[in-house]
Amino acid sequence: MTELLTPFAYDYMLKAMWVSALVGGMCAFLSAYLMLKGWSLMGDALAHSVVPGVAGAYLLGLPYSAGAFVAGLLAALGMAFVRSQSRLREDAVIGLVFTSFFAAGLLLASLNPVSVNVQSIVLGNILGIADEDAIQVVIISVVTLSILLLKWKDLMLVFFDEGHARSVGINAGALKILFFTLLSAAVVAALQTVGACLVIAMVVTPGATAYLLTDRFPRLLALAVAIGVVTSFTGAYLSYFLDGATGGVIVTLQTLVFLAAFLFAPKYGLLAARRRAAETGIATAPDGGQYRP
Amino acid sequence: MTVSHPAQRTALDGDEILQASISVQGVAVTYPNGTTALKDASFELGPGTICGLVGVNGSGKSTLFKAIMGFVAPSAGEIRVAGLTPREAQKRNLVAYVPQAEDVDWNFPVLVEDVVMMGRYGRMGFLRRPSENDRQKVDEAIERVGMTAYRKRQIGELSGGQRKRVFLARALAQEGRVILLDEPFTGVDVTTETAIIELMRELKSQGHLMLVSTHNLGSVPDFCDQVVLVLRTVLAAGPTAATFTQANLERAFGGVLRHFRLDGAALHEDDDRRSVTVLTDDERPVVFYGGSGERDEPLRRGDKESG
Repeated sequence: MTELLTPFAYDYMLKAMWVSALVGGMCAFLSAYLMLKGWSLMGDALAHSVVPGVAGAYLLGLPYSAGAFVAGLLAALGMAFVRSQSRLREDAVIGLVFTSFFAAGLLLASLNPVSVNVQSIVLGNILGIADEDAIQVVIISVVTLSILLLKWKDLMLVFFDEGHARSVGINAGALKILFFTLLSAAVVAALQTVGACLVIAMVVTPGATAYLLTDRFPRLLALAVAIGVVTSFTGAYLSYFLDGATGGVIVTLQTLVFLAAFLFAPKYGLLAARRRAAETGIATAPDGGQYRP
Repeated sequence: MTVSHPAQRTALDGDEILQASISVQGVAVTYPNGTTALKDASFELGPGTICGLVGVNGSGKSTLFKAIMGFVAPSAGEIRVAGLTPREAQKRNLVAYVPQAEDVDWNFPVLVEDVVMMGRYGRMGFLRRPSENDRQKVDEAIERVGMTAYRKRQIGELSGGQRKRVFLARALAQEGRVILLDEPFTGVDVTTETAIIELMRELKSQGHLMLVSTHNLGSVPDFCDQVVLVLRTVLAAGPTAATFTQANLERAFGGVLRHFRLDGAALHEDDDRRSVTVLTDDERPVVFYGGSGERDEPLRRGDKESG
């Protein structure tokens, strides 16, 4: 029994668990919007695009989050620019831009092998996070979550029906820029916990899971955030015993929750669909029985 | 517009002194990729109007909508909604928009009542917390389109006609004086179409201005009192009787419409010289009785019943 509590005795574990939970909640909040708009891959793209920013920031002795943030924004703007000025499709543009940024990041890092540990960017290293990095992550998360809590309804309107959002006087363009700014910030924070490769899971899976469980957006947000917080906290906790990469444990947990929803969700789960199909089959059998929905 | 005195300011914020109107003067719209979607477009509409916006696909109908909504800035000319710029008009919740079915994400996790509540957002505070009045307006709007029994449904579970009603209810809840409807009759059954037209007539009598883009040529004379014909400019605009003529439609649709003309032996056995012309884009045809069509008005359902 006491063994189960040992992680709570270590400062670095406590820090890892709470920071992970905060980051997980923030990413989950954003995931609710991203996956509804079919922009899930933007999260992946941004995560890879921030790498040159991190490498550059270490090179110049700046806070890593500032560099990452600038690189992320440049990538997002680059995608928007290429998209509007060419006839290429969105997926091609995203693929093109983020691989360019990622390659530039790897190149920068390999030219300066001492100054930056690429592995900690790509795989994350929450258990070994330095205090000043943890503070940066906490500030990013608190600011992002506060803005989201104030503006979630406006964002929902813009994502659902941009035309209508404008017609009630909402500045849709500014809100979209705000959203991608927050997403870039969240991605930067999530780099520390799960690493660039797994950020995509943090900004997709909780929202996708909640989407299977409810038809109401406010509930979807609450469920997604709950899933994000609980899996991230638990994942960090479990990684102490498993001695495994925290990111891997967190994302595995999220996948398990998703699978459970995928199978057992009351309305949109696989089993519910089977059951409905079976009922319909029986009800419309040739004996004249009629199905009433 | 500059408003300095606080008392004037509150007077202007009320809807009642702002008459519904749309004024489009010499408007041109050029997209960043260089295509000119619209040029030298002009027309004027006043309160208590249902105006049909008619033209082929790609004629600039949706560009005109976007310009009136302020989504695209005209490269020339001027647009005024209730005497204000489109942006100012929106800030005052004067313009409601009913989108095309294909522009809506029907899988979005919102219920019927959530969508209608969105119509009230412009009237709520910073946090968009609905007041008792907002809830009441939503209830009324849902009731008015006959969707009360479906208010807890996710929007994707509705039929085509019900989906239209939801978005119409949102426009009602928004209480915009100017309502833009994008293809409201596409994929809609006749009952819903009749109900929508009935509702539009009510709104018209209350002084609303509705601009309706439609492919449904046959019903235009039934419910529109004004018509704007577009083909990369405004070809003709004015009262339906004078504007929605065979000659104008042939200009607007070029060779795009199916065109049947029946006369002589194909139509009757005697030597009556009258003929029937049918114009259709395969939805609902518009029928003209008589010769060349220069002055002829389209036949309305009512005329046919009484004559």
